[in-house]
Amino acid sequence: MTFYLLLLCRFSLGMVVGHGVRCLSQLAELPELHQMMRQTCRDYAQKELAPIAAQLDKDHRFPAKQVQELGAMGVMAVEVPESLGGAGMDYLAYCLAVEELSRGCASTGVIVSVNNSLYLGPILKFGTEEQKKQWITPFTTGEKVGCFALSEPGNGSDAGAASTLAQREGDEWVLNGTKAWITNCWDASATVVFATTDKSLKHKGISAFLVPMPHPGLSLGKKEDKLGIRASSTANIILEDCRIPLGNMLGERGMGFKIAMQTLDSGRLGIAAQALGIAQAALDCAADYAHKRTAFGAPIGKLQAIQFKLADMALATESARLLTWRAAMLRDAKKPFTKEAAMAKLAASEAATFVSHQAIQVLGGMGYVTDMPAERHYRDARITEIYEGTSEIQRLVIANNILKEYQQ
Amino acid sequence: MHRSSEVKHLASDFNTRACECFGQPPVQPFESHCPVLTDRTVRVQLKVLKVKDGSVFFIRVKPDRTGVVTDGVKHSMNPFCEIAVEEAVKLKEKKLVKEVVAVSCGPQQVQETIRTALAMGADRGIHVEVSGKDYETLGPLQVSKIFAALAKKEQADLIILGKQAIDDDCNQTGQMTAALLDWPQGTFASEVTLEADKLKVVREIDGGLETIKINLPAVVTADLRLNTPRYATLPNIMKAKKKKITNVKPADLGVDVSSRLEVLKVDEPPQRQSGVKVETVHDLVEKLKEAGRI
Repeated sequence: MTFYLLLLCRFSLGMVVGHGVRCLSQLAELPELHQMMRQTCRDYAQKELAPIAAQLDKDHRFPAKQVQELGAMGVMAVEVPESLGGAGMDYLAYCLAVEELSRGCASTGVIVSVNNSLYLGPILKFGTEEQKKQWITPFTTGEKVGCFALSEPGNGSDAGAASTLAQREGDEWVLNGTKAWITNCWDASATVVFATTDKSLKHKGISAFLVPMPHPGLSLGKKEDKLGIRASSTANIILEDCRIPLGNMLGERGMGFKIAMQTLDSGRLGIAAQALGIAQAALDCAADYAHKRTAFGAPIGKLQAIQFKLADMALATESARLLTWRAAMLRDAKKPFTKEAAMAKLAASEAATFVSHQAIQVLGGMGYVTDMPAERHYRDARITEIYEGTSEIQRLVIANNILKEYQQ
Repeated sequence: MHRSSEVKHLASDFNTRACECFGQPPVQPFESHCPVLTDRTVRVQLKVLKVKDGSVFFIRVKPDRTGVVTDGVKHSMNPFCEIAVEEAVKLKEKKLVKEVVAVSCGPQQVQETIRTALAMGADRGIHVEVSGKDYETLGPLQVSKIFAALAKKEQADLIILGKQAIDDDCNQTGQMTAALLDWPQGTFASEVTLEADKLKVVREIDGGLETIKINLPAVVTADLRLNTPRYATLPNIMKAKKKKITNVKPADLGVDVSSRLEVLKVDEPPQRQSGVKVETVHDLVEKLKEAGRI
């Protein structure tokens, strides 16, 4: 744990510089482009995702058709430049897209997020031109999705203690080990794998590798039977003498940990956006019910107990939303955003669990059955506090940054 | 990719459903019309409706009974106009038309609607500024005069509009425009095919489907089953930002937008009265005779 902290000290670049008027006014009202984009994603989510979300969850089914349609819209590769087949938009646009899609179906939201932030993200940032052409372009259309293999059965938060080995044998890397909790893996066509070439170097020995799927030596564990986001597949990736060309190393040798941390910094904004979408969907459900359900002679929305709940739910969601937008805008302005991203993810994920919990309370018995989506939002929300950096890790990141700001 | 036809729910049965559920149909012709020209021009009409999308329709008659309340009611592109834009863009993708121009008449807000059309694939937009009192009384006759003037100015070959606006259900603008221009018209189109210099239009009529062949230039109005409008892709939304929207005033086109109609009053439909149950057919006949119905 200390190790992780020290490294984060190195990556968080001190004081956050104040940002210009343009950014502040964007918080008040999004630019027209972003509004149009948000509306398009919202329309799609309401018409194509929301009606099937419950069934997808029940069947544990990957929404292949919808992923292809989203690919055609450019949503599977929002930040990727047009020259490589992406939409060429900024990170704020991406966060808006993920939020709106997650509002319709949280599983689809995470599928989009993992492809964009965790798979395309590091390759875009650290890949060679050749690697970008090979590993990015085919994954922008929705035909293929990628995944990110960092966690292992023995370490999640303790990312520096990776035990998957990569040994050089002639003109190949040979990978051995097991990766755990890999989102998308049963539906993916490639993965970014983190393995160590020298355990004695600890986190500095980790490197990143690109592995196609399927591939000899790479096999998948059984699909996890999860509480929520069941339409997205999660399983182990088992590497047994998995051989890949030398050219498949992403970035420099020993750079793996840095790549992982920087990727997760951005990735957690995608998850913050997903959590916001879940929170908003739960709020929508509760507010609608408050209008319609009558008790004691009036709609329950007239009762202060319900009103206070709705107010707290809206407050939590809106606060987290602004944090998320701000972190995205800092990232787009190429300013340091690690602390803000951690704050956003922490706030949004806790908002999602709070709001979905209260939504069930507002719905009463109806909130407990599958006839209403409230129970699904409750189940979907829970994971947002865990993956891409647990809430505990987020607190450490924030505290670390604050202490650094006050260091003299 | 294309949307599934949720449009069905919004479009043809909107007014009936609104009456059934909330008893208050939107009466005022509160629309902004948006013809799209191309050159080989296809003109597609886009309209702004007062439809709150997705949720409950809280349409209320104004206290002075001159119309319905529009403040705070979300407006969006008329579903039939979306279908019209989609058809125009499809023609352009087949390389049968050179340019698609989206036109809308109304206040500043209609620029959003024009941008949506641009994001779907139109090449440029024209915003005919009509606001305030003029906008409240803007109806099919004035709009078709504007369209006719623009069609001549832009040298359009084809005008495509939605068949009607879902707020006033007038179903007049397309027909009036064709009459003013003395152009042939293919209304309620469910299929449009360009064959050399002629347009083959399959029309949905009460008796079934009618196929006609008309010369260009022509006016076509889009019906529900013509196509399924696409979702704008992110790259197209970005490109839409760079596309041009020119502002024009009706006076510039020599059109007088004052209305020939005066709205006397707007009322909610009367509350539904409860019926009377009878035991036998004989009783039913007696009751009907009593009420003077037979």
